[in-house]
Amino acid sequence: MAELRGTGVGRGVAAGRVVRLPDPPRLPPETEPGSVEAERDLAVHALSEVASQLRALARPGTEAAAILEAQALMATDPALVDEVLSIVESGSGARQAIISALNGYAQGLSEAGGYLAARVADLQDIGRRAAAVCAGISLPPLPRPGHPYVLVARELAPADMAVLDDHVLALITAEGGPTSHAAILARGMGIPAVLGCAEALTLTDGQLVTVDAARGLVLLGRHVAATPGKAPSTAPGRTADGHQVLLQANIGSPEDIAAALEAGAEGVGLMRTEFCDSYAEVFQAFPGYRVTVRVFDAGSDKPLPGLSNGREPNPALGMRGVRALRANPEILDAQLRAIADAAAGASAHVWVMAPMVSHHDEAAWFARRAASHGLPTAGVMIEVPSAALTAREVLSHVHFASIGTNDLTQFTLAADRQLGALAHLQDPEHPAVLHLIAQVCQAGAALARPVGVCGEAAADPRLACLLVGLGVTSLSMAPGAIAEVREELLRYTLDQCRAMARSTLE
Amino acid sequence: MAERRVVVTSAVGLHARPAAVFVTAVAKAGLPVTLTRHDGRTADARSILAVVTLDVKCGDEVLLRAEGDGADAALDGLAELLANG
Repeated sequence: MAELRGTGVGRGVAAGRVVRLPDPPRLPPETEPGSVEAERDLAVHALSEVASQLRALARPGTEAAAILEAQALMATDPALVDEVLSIVESGSGARQAIISALNGYAQGLSEAGGYLAARVADLQDIGRRAAAVCAGISLPPLPRPGHPYVLVARELAPADMAVLDDHVLALITAEGGPTSHAAILARGMGIPAVLGCAEALTLTDGQLVTVDAARGLVLLGRHVAATPGKAPSTAPGRTADGHQVLLQANIGSPEDIAAALEAGAEGVGLMRTEFCDSYAEVFQAFPGYRVTVRVFDAGSDKPLPGLSNGREPNPALGMRGVRALRANPEILDAQLRAIADAAAGASAHVWVMAPMVSHHDEAAWFARRAASHGLPTAGVMIEVPSAALTAREVLSHVHFASIGTNDLTQFTLAADRQLGALAHLQDPEHPAVLHLIAQVCQAGAALARPVGVCGEAAADPRLACLLVGLGVTSLSMAPGAIAEVREELLRYTLDQCRAMARSTLE
Repeated sequence: MAERRVVVTSAVGLHARPAAVFVTAVAKAGLPVTLTRHDGRTADARSILAVVTLDVKCGDEVLLRAEGDGADAALDGLAELLANG
């Protein structure tokens, strides 16, 4: 057959010649166990030898090194060693005792499912290595063909992944799934992989294949340009059926401009101005595109002298954003003047927006202020639940809204963004947050105002599709995230995005 | 018997690198230490297999227990490791 199926990891495509990782060698049959003392010593030696082998493979500071260390600790786990020794005491040889004990643990882990089940492969690898030590056999080293290749194996243990070199273009394994080491490390290395592909073992050394991770397919022959690593598309954002979704960049400094242009950003959905006042430079870089400038958002995690009161008990809920500007309007006026001056000399469409709006009054005030400086397109960030819940009223005073999912999630779940202990609550997929987003989008649709998202949620390819399904019209993110979001959007029609959104709201 | 309650902040829970760092620190402390989940399931904290099987997730609170000379200081160090992800 011309195509093999499996679980794709990543979105890339790569073609190259197969190099097969040989299956582990068959070991000679076990010999009769010697004395209990001899078998005890052999068992302990084998396990600590395995730990040494694993540690020797680690390149310090790499992701693989951390995984190998965890696996080495398993090999000499006191609970495992106790179990092995008690099996030896009851008459088993060292090799048999180690395999039995590991199987016992593997059973428990695979029943737990998910991440724990993926650890079974770690234990099996320890078992193979320990058995080889007991039998006095050396395991063959990983192939190093010296040219680019596609590695095909039954499965890849952490130890194998640790020694993969730069010549590996893609991975194909017969076993494994999305939480296996192969998946984690393929993602980390940025190479496409197709795992759990049963027919992978029919591929032979030297065979030309194309690994299409996005579709989870291995195709026979070359189906991609010969240069390794494809050039990313910079086409405008679209769903599979051509529905337009503006893909924009978040910019915090002029250094971000080059990356944004390279990624094909369709303008700037969020220009942060707390540390950057290079308005002209940013506007000149996006002629004909929209550049959305967020005026000073001082306070909370961005204290700015002159605008923040350092003595607040709850800075996130304090004198910040548009409130601080209303209390110090001369600061806003000076900023709007500077933005208007820079806009006059550029052909970018300059939009301005106010942060932390919680009341429609603030929206109205800001729009008047912007207009008085010759900036006709004013909008608001919606990051406070009250603004989301009164979106119709708020949007009626301005031309657009941009949803700041980071703060919106923080306020909706009443969980401080800055506390590591509450990181699990910063979940933009929480139904409450999605309902608020949906409400803002409905208001936008009713009033014909565009509603964008500029928080972290926009940069997550899967969430991005969900947001489009909720009615979001533009997504703004770090430049590095644009390519993946663009590709993911192309996989679904607008109706499919809407169906995704509906099912999460139920 | 020394005890500490601490919330695990590592984004991956008590798995992979955080579990390895934790278990290595327990071994260095040289005392038997146990780790108990909110539902009462307990693991020997010197065993990475037992710790990983406990499946402690990000945000879970756990109880550390140790006995012997230096137990308090040892638990202080271990609690800090878990609280700082």
